[in-house]
Amino acid sequence: MFSGFMVNAWIVATMVAVVAGIIGFFTVLRGSAFVAHAVPQAGFAGAAGASLIGVSTLAGLGTFAAISALSIGFLGKRGRHDAVTALTLVFMLGLGALFLSWSEEYASAIYALLFGEVLGVSSNQVLATAALGVVCIAAVVILYRPLLLTSVVPEMAEARGVRTHRMELCFLVVVALVTTMSVPVVGALLMFSLMVGAPGAARSFTDKPLSALSLSVGISVAIVWTAIAASYETDWPVGFFVGVLGAVFFIAGRGWVAWRRSAAGRVDSTGHLATGPMQLATATGMNGEPT
Amino acid sequence: MTDTSRPGVRDEEILSLEGVSLWLSGREILHDVAFSLRAGELTGLIGSNGAGKTTIFRVILGLETPSAGKVLFAGHPRQRRSKSIGYVPQSIGLDPDVPLRARDLVALGLDGDRFGIPLPSRSRRQLVDEVLEAVDAQGFADARVGKLSGGELQRTLIAHALIAKPRLLLLDEPLASLDIRSEQEVVGLLAKIAKAHAIAVLISAHEMNPLLPVMDRVVYVASGRAASGPTEEVVREDVLSALYGHHVDVLHVHDRILVVAGKDETHHTELERTRTVVPRGLG
Repeated sequence: MFSGFMVNAWIVATMVAVVAGIIGFFTVLRGSAFVAHAVPQAGFAGAAGASLIGVSTLAGLGTFAAISALSIGFLGKRGRHDAVTALTLVFMLGLGALFLSWSEEYASAIYALLFGEVLGVSSNQVLATAALGVVCIAAVVILYRPLLLTSVVPEMAEARGVRTHRMELCFLVVVALVTTMSVPVVGALLMFSLMVGAPGAARSFTDKPLSALSLSVGISVAIVWTAIAASYETDWPVGFFVGVLGAVFFIAGRGWVAWRRSAAGRVDSTGHLATGPMQLATATGMNGEPT
Repeated sequence: MTDTSRPGVRDEEILSLEGVSLWLSGREILHDVAFSLRAGELTGLIGSNGAGKTTIFRVILGLETPSAGKVLFAGHPRQRRSKSIGYVPQSIGLDPDVPLRARDLVALGLDGDRFGIPLPSRSRRQLVDEVLEAVDAQGFADARVGKLSGGELQRTLIAHALIAKPRLLLLDEPLASLDIRSEQEVVGLLAKIAKAHAIAVLISAHEMNPLLPVMDRVVYVASGRAASGPTEEVVREDVLSALYGHHVDVLHVHDRILVVAGKDETHHTELERTRTVVPRGLG
């Protein structure tokens, strides 16, 4: 399991998992999971187009991912950008379908772009992935605080002079970069599940932002390692395991929250009164007011 | 540039609007609005929904440029994007699952606009603790922000704004979603902050009674026009009738003030809601 071609698989998949865990933390925090779905799909179309005209698929992937991320950023400037994201997604999927119909590539190469080919990674890919990964992590380390601030209290951030829209564009560019490094390895669909499942689960387990970020990376790596090992043993697709494990961790996180809440509720009902000043004061308000 | 760390001087004029008018898509939203805010004073921006309170905030924050008139901050034309103005919006649409404690949100107010991941520092933690104490929030400092009650979240947001050492603090309807006890706590806290830190505090509200005990001045807004001054000089029948353009009665009931439209103008002789001071249809 750890010899020959498998070594590259372990290295690259680990790098992708770490970066997906970090960027995913902000994807979930900013409510941009849909964007994280659309941008890799656009990258898929770009890669299909690039292989059609005979240029590097990585370049095609990166270009299309960046174009789609920036169009979501600019067209969705006013308020929610879900409609713009959906349009970008279907437009890019349509382009991808067209490129595929013109292409004479084997279906397996297309399949790999969607679901990844982690077990067939070349040494060149390892280098490219590492370089892009370092850039993504550096970008998040630099932008950590403004990203957090603009995610949680955008109006207050804007009032004190943080350019929230510029921050959003920076974030979308980072999502495009992450897409470029990871789609050739884990595929467009799996990237999405890593970027949402792991951080979504992590925030259920801790209240602290940096702990949640670290836990998100940990869960993401655990998912990828388990998926590769299980795939090697069973010969089932890696994608199946990544998707299932992402969902399992997320549900476990929700279960943990529910369990803790019910435990806290038991303490309240036996111990001190659970009613806060809220209910008390509302009652006074009702009676104390003339009608 | 103004020095934000300088403690304010009591009674110093922090902000003044002079003859501010604003036209948006062919409609006059604000007409000749003028008032000033002083350090250490708490001012209520009172008016019903749609009267122009939020627009006045947007003008002060530099998010709207007046069609006419001037906005002066500490005697100079107001610069866009200034840390010297703290702003607390009415609601922040918080995701309850955000992994962030009250103390983290306050710390973001200190240096959330800086780059890099913050290193643990004793002085930073001390500063956060001090501000948490100033808003009486030590009890829930380590609770997840999504679990805070309305009043607790309000106090956390005030701390978030306060830690940047603003000279002017704007609060958009801070009492709108609070029960009466939290309302009194927040109002008392804001009055204390204005005096202790010598900053100008402007609170918008559709209901002035909760602010009466602490309000130094009032800016009363109706249909894009404003009257300002000490409460007893503004909340009078002649001033408000002129502002609304028709007769209104100002009734003093115990410690409360009720503003009602005159009989001849509308049929709203009863109060719309028990605690509403401005009858519907006038704002």
